[in-house]
Amino acid sequence: MDIYVCVGSSCHLKGSYNIIHVFQELIDQYNLKDQVELKASFCLGRCTDGVATKINGEFVDHVSPENAVEVFHEHVLKPLGVE
Amino acid sequence: MNRNFDTDVQLLKYKVLKAVSKRAFEGNLETSYYEIPKEIIPGNKATMRCCVYKERAILGERVHMAMGGDPDNPNVIQVIGVACDECPVHRVTVGESCRGCIAHRCQNVCPKGAISIVNRRAVIDHSKCVACGKCAQVCSYGAIQVQDRPCERSCKVGAIRMDTTEGDEKAVINNDKCIACGSCVYQCPFGAIVDRSFILDAIRMLKESKDKKEYKVYAIIAPAISSQFAYAKIGQIVTGIKMLGFHEVVETALGADMTAYSEAAELAEKGFLTSSCCPAFVSYVEKFFPQMKEHVSHNPSPMVQIARYIKETDPTGKVIFIGPCTAKKMEFQREEVRPYVDCVLTFEELQALLDSRDIEPENLEESLLDNASYYGRIFARSGGLSAAVEEALKERGIDFAVKPEICDGIEECRLALLKASKGLLKESNFIEGMACVGGCIGGAACLTHGPKDKSEVDKYGRLAMEKGIIDALRVTTLSR
Repeated sequence: MDIYVCVGSSCHLKGSYNIIHVFQELIDQYNLKDQVELKASFCLGRCTDGVATKINGEFVDHVSPENAVEVFHEHVLKPLGVE
Repeated sequence: MNRNFDTDVQLLKYKVLKAVSKRAFEGNLETSYYEIPKEIIPGNKATMRCCVYKERAILGERVHMAMGGDPDNPNVIQVIGVACDECPVHRVTVGESCRGCIAHRCQNVCPKGAISIVNRRAVIDHSKCVACGKCAQVCSYGAIQVQDRPCERSCKVGAIRMDTTEGDEKAVINNDKCIACGSCVYQCPFGAIVDRSFILDAIRMLKESKDKKEYKVYAIIAPAISSQFAYAKIGQIVTGIKMLGFHEVVETALGADMTAYSEAAELAEKGFLTSSCCPAFVSYVEKFFPQMKEHVSHNPSPMVQIARYIKETDPTGKVIFIGPCTAKKMEFQREEVRPYVDCVLTFEELQALLDSRDIEPENLEESLLDNASYYGRIFARSGGLSAAVEEALKERGIDFAVKPEICDGIEECRLALLKASKGLLKESNFIEGMACVGGCIGGAACLTHGPKDKSEVDKYGRLAMEKGIIDALRVTTLSR
């Protein structure tokens, strides 16, 4: 499963790195290195809805440090059947 | 529309690039490029040359350069022979101020015996004169003038000479010496030396992306942009670039952060290093100080670093660099750079592209542009690279004191390399080599050059959200 986190200027200013950081820790925590690939993208084209991500081919917008864990559970762990 | 350039030669080049781009976008260049000279020079009144026919003939050559120039010439800096005005070659002349003094310093100092005194005036025998200029230096009245050709004077590496064929004394570029810095392009008052353009390649890439459906085209923009486009905000220029069909604009300064980060470690490991960011400097080392080549940093330039990273995130993407530099047009053709950078444009060419699509940045909404740190952004001016390497050493906790020799312009580079090659550069361990005076903001393909450019770069640097190099690089650590 691929996770793209937008690092274009707009999302960068909204804190892309914080999202990347949370996702990286969760991937480690659940030992998903072989199943999930975290990638950066220079603009997912959803500048007004940042931080934008694309998880398993599906756009997930408005990701913030507050909801990042929840997003990960909903869009990564659930489809993978982990937990 | 009033666009700002330093010279009317740039304006003329811009008009040609714009006319070529417009046709290329519309898809009728092949059938109508020959109309461009008459479109730009209508009527029958000559304003630049002896007649409109010569003016149009030269314009035809400029169209040719805008469409890619001479493909058989490996150099991107090329002479338009018919445009060269063959500036006077008798380079030392005695002017009206000669008072026929009785000291005859000029005659006595001349190493070639080329000066005689005839009717109480100094007269120069041009068959003997070697134009060393000593007579001009000693004349008490400043009556002797040394006239260089502006192209020769601008070329600090001695790559330009004149053809010695009688009656056809045009400028000739020695490709074995030329480092493609473009200073002759900027300095020739007749616009007879031009950097060939890859603007058609860029337009083709944009068109064939089919509005981003086939692949995405990324613009990586040099930090020197902060001193350019005085009539619009950088964010408006970014919007304009996107309207041309680019998917996203990314700061090359983020590549500069990467360069500083790795160059710091390389410097500490090797103990002595020269920078590798400036392609004209690297070319200068290769051509004039090959014994120093091993000391050039093995780090790719910021342009290559950021392009490589973008291609990691999007393997089918295309990357076009836009900057102030003609030497980058040589760099991107190097075998090791080709996979990452697909095309190089200049700020002059960007202006032409925008206007060919009637995009008026000054009337557009601003887009955001913020990828790099303060340190990445100040790479655009002399001293910025050294400051960034020092910062990277500090941030990485590497116990090594960088003692930079900041070389502002190719002449200072030459001195430092000369000293270093003889082991005499004892007080420094890092040569920051920038071929253009002032750094990239002094680049030959800047729209304008001014005294405030450096402070504009620093001001723009301070606007970056990320203050440190590592802060800026956090988003790039995913795939490495």
